[in-house]
Amino acid sequence: PTVPLKMKSVFLLEAFSVACFVLLNQVTAKNSEDIRCKCICPPYRDIEGQIYKQNVSLKDCNCLHVVEPMPVDGKDVEAYCLRCECKYEERSSGTIKVTIIMYLSILGLLLLYMVYLTLLEPILKRRLFGHSQLIQNDDDVGDQQPFANAHNVLSHSHSRPNMLNKVEHAQQRWRRQVQEQRKSVFDRHVVLS
Amino acid sequence: MESEQLYHRGYCRNSYNSIASASSDEELLDGAGAVMDFHTTEDDNLLDGDAASPGSNYVMSNGGGAPSSTTHLLDFLEEPIPGVGTYDDFHTIDWVREKCKDRERHRKINSKKKESAWEFTKSLYDAWSGWLVVTLTGLASGALAGLIDIAADWLNDLKEGVCLSAMWFNHEQCCWTSNETTFAERDKCPQWKSWAELILGQAEGPGSYIMNYFMYIYWALSFAFLAVCLVKVFAPYACGSGIPEIKTILSGFIIRGYLGKWTLLIKTITLVLAVASGLSLGKEGPLVHVACCCGNIFSYLFPKYSKNEAKKREVLSAASAAGVSVAFGAPIGGVLFSLEEVSYYFPLKTLWRSFFAALVAAFVLRSINPFGNSRLVLFYVEYHTPWYLFELIPFILLGVFGGLWGAFFIRANIAWCRRRKSTRFGKYPVLEVIFVAAITAVVAFPNPYTRQNTSELIKELFTDCGPLESSQLCQYRSQMNGSKAFTDNPNRPAGPGVYAAMWQLCLALIFKIIMTIFTFGLKVMPHRCADAPFAPHVFSPTPTPLPCFCRPQVPSGLFIPSMAIGAIAGRIVGIAVEQLAYYHHDWFLFREWCEVGADCITPGLYAMVGAAACLGGVTRMTVSLVVIVFELTGGLEYIVPLMAAVMTSKWVGDAFGREGIYEAHIRLNGYPFLDAKEEFTHVTLAREVMRPRRSDPPLAVLTQDDLTVEELQSTINETSYNGFPVIVSKESQRLVGFALRRDINIAIENARRKQEGIMLNSRVYFTQHAPTLPADSPRPLKLRSILDMSPFTVTDHTPMEIVVDIFRKMGLRQCLVTHNGNVLGIITKKNILEHLEELKQHKEPLIDDI
Repeated sequence: PTVPLKMKSVFLLEAFSVACFVLLNQVTAKNSEDIRCKCICPPYRDIEGQIYKQNVSLKDCNCLHVVEPMPVDGKDVEAYCLRCECKYEERSSGTIKVTIIMYLSILGLLLLYMVYLTLLEPILKRRLFGHSQLIQNDDDVGDQQPFANAHNVLSHSHSRPNMLNKVEHAQQRWRRQVQEQRKSVFDRHVVLS
Repeated sequence: MESEQLYHRGYCRNSYNSIASASSDEELLDGAGAVMDFHTTEDDNLLDGDAASPGSNYVMSNGGGAPSSTTHLLDFLEEPIPGVGTYDDFHTIDWVREKCKDRERHRKINSKKKESAWEFTKSLYDAWSGWLVVTLTGLASGALAGLIDIAADWLNDLKEGVCLSAMWFNHEQCCWTSNETTFAERDKCPQWKSWAELILGQAEGPGSYIMNYFMYIYWALSFAFLAVCLVKVFAPYACGSGIPEIKTILSGFIIRGYLGKWTLLIKTITLVLAVASGLSLGKEGPLVHVACCCGNIFSYLFPKYSKNEAKKREVLSAASAAGVSVAFGAPIGGVLFSLEEVSYYFPLKTLWRSFFAALVAAFVLRSINPFGNSRLVLFYVEYHTPWYLFELIPFILLGVFGGLWGAFFIRANIAWCRRRKSTRFGKYPVLEVIFVAAITAVVAFPNPYTRQNTSELIKELFTDCGPLESSQLCQYRSQMNGSKAFTDNPNRPAGPGVYAAMWQLCLALIFKIIMTIFTFGLKVMPHRCADAPFAPHVFSPTPTPLPCFCRPQVPSGLFIPSMAIGAIAGRIVGIAVEQLAYYHHDWFLFREWCEVGADCITPGLYAMVGAAACLGGVTRMTVSLVVIVFELTGGLEYIVPLMAAVMTSKWVGDAFGREGIYEAHIRLNGYPFLDAKEEFTHVTLAREVMRPRRSDPPLAVLTQDDLTVEELQSTINETSYNGFPVIVSKESQRLVGFALRRDINIAIENARRKQEGIMLNSRVYFTQHAPTLPADSPRPLKLRSILDMSPFTVTDHTPMEIVVDIFRKMGLRQCLVTHNGNVLGIITKKNILEHLEELKQHKEPLIDDI
């Protein structure tokens, strides 16, 4: 079965990001900073409640290994340790780092693109296609005909289908789609049989 | 050629009206190319979904494979017309037809499989593609859920401060290894700086409080603003919870672009922003939408699913299970959720696939370990204490509260939604979101229980008091000889901290209730709704009054706020019962079970039961909800209290109104959703429901062999029906079959493109053999291939309960009504919905009152 090119690329992208996540997690989980054993010991006699954190492995995660220095002397250690609760925790700081950076960069790109679409492009369009079409544009946002015309002018003036045109065209298509969605979300919605 | 030109233009106008006729079936859900461009060709991109090649200015509404001029006429007649059998935007699919199509495809593959090794491999691939697609969906939704969890935690803590040593850590992670050993300093560590510390240089005092307050509001507002802007500019469909729409889509409705790539991207990004902005919403519902987007996108890879709408919905069912699985860390609960709440058609095969998808998703999320607690959710808790029989009384009371809250919430939310139509505020969605976010932030900050993340609040409420707990909720006065605080003795008298926590929790409860209604009431009631009573571009058997979308403009889920409300109420009740047991331990109830010194009441368990009850009241889920909560606690012994509370809450809620919030929103938005849960109890007959009504013009029909192309087109253009019955002749109204408008358009256009000699006055025939024509007439057009020869018919005296049952069980789109074999009328899904609505409201029509 022939898988269309675009689908393939989408698939690859998705598979790549998923693989990234899983691999990254595997690679970074071993970082020694990323494990801790946290013991919380409630007040005992005249000793205040204390929290102890140690960088120890799971099998050593108990009060005897973690609580240092031991606030009580020999015979009370057992009684003190019985009250402590120890919890072994692990995280992967690499995953967190990559996730946050990835998230912020995607957000940044989207914001840039949003600014471009809403602020810069109308100005560029005005300079390219003159004033008359802009009025049309403002006239009826829902009707995409002016946009299409503008696009046609663009594509015919260059006349050969290069990469830029393709991108431009895809963008036009996408924009019309969003307009359509906006109309159905904000302006109307329709029930059918 | 004059006539050719005319023809061409006529068709243009027609296809312009049907906005979506330009897309291939792969894109019915995704919507790339949903709107057609009249100045560039799209015909070659329709099948492969690729970017259109510009250059040709040839208009084509539906394409096919590469058109070759040498195609022989006979070949054309044999091969199916590409595009036939696809659907327009906002149309309902025909489950029966889709299932037939799939069986046909399956038979073809099976019969070929023995021919060669390649064919055998193809059949294997085909058989496995179902599992592959759910695996991919599970992987992707698990990974995305991990991303959302991590990013939302971080962004949420950003409102309060920042980690100086590593900017990407949240508060908890920032203080991972710090050595603040005393209880008083446990939340302070040198790396984590609050904004006041950074800006003013002081951590304490009124100045820093105001500074923190200000920064909190500032961040909350900017997150909300970014979220609503991104949604508005890039993907308006990314707003809301998504579950009502997914329910509708799964029942067979087509909303193009609703599950597309941009929706996925924007929903993922803005969900994090919306959760972090502190609005009273959660990420659980939207995660289901995110998972369904993944399912839809991956189903493109497999022709078995991309080409068949019914099969695609099986994948979406599995995807929604994966979504709940990662949202609550409850794989089995996810499967049951899919079965109970969202799915319409759920065969056993889908059950297994859902199970598998949920498993894969949970596994991926677990290996990402977003919360650092080796659990899938933040508020995972474990209880070990038993519960006693008398506790069923407070549990049932919590159930009553949950039911009341659910009924109240649904009413208030829907009423608010409708009211928005009259106010001018609804015209400014961005402003409205900002306004609600501002109020939320201003009110939320002073109260520690509303300031923190809702998930964390739930976690704190669920967790039992132990030595690990430092929260105010656990400041019990100790009875033990003089030692100051925490002891192991249960059922202690409450200390001042608990009383302070009580009234803060009460305030938080009121605040949450109000804000949740209004956050879910962040509705847009656009002004154009009132102006345009009919949608001109919509083809339906009757002109449809316009319903309007009514939902928040940011991704928002209902689960978490509802659970928070229930958890607060439950915790309050729990502490009250606990204190009651302490002060009155000689009552006969407590005397028997609560001996002095024994662990008796677990307030955290009450919080959990309350959360389940409230969620049950709002969504009216039962089995899946109990399983979800049971998987959250990992304790089998609490199933009975949960069941009691959830069942009570459902009964109480149903007493005030039978539909859950999702059904209510579906109805409010006017989606064509035929609820399988409702019973049809009226005694109407098919002839009373069918169209045309007595006063209407007669049914538009086609005759099987004496129409010309021109007549056919004018019939199509003058009416707005989606399909036309084909009859033998005007004299004998006997039924031959049913032809869909979209298919006719496609077929005519296809023929005009491929076959020479098709003129406006060509004869159209649906019969096997061409009718005898005068010698000088142009070549006739055969449309038999698009004719549905086996339409569902009922007689005019069929009771409506049977008709409704047929529609529900078979998933029909329309059904013809006959009398003595003559066509009388047609019943569509929408007619049935209107009829149900009429009966329910005793007024007409379906969506006028919105």
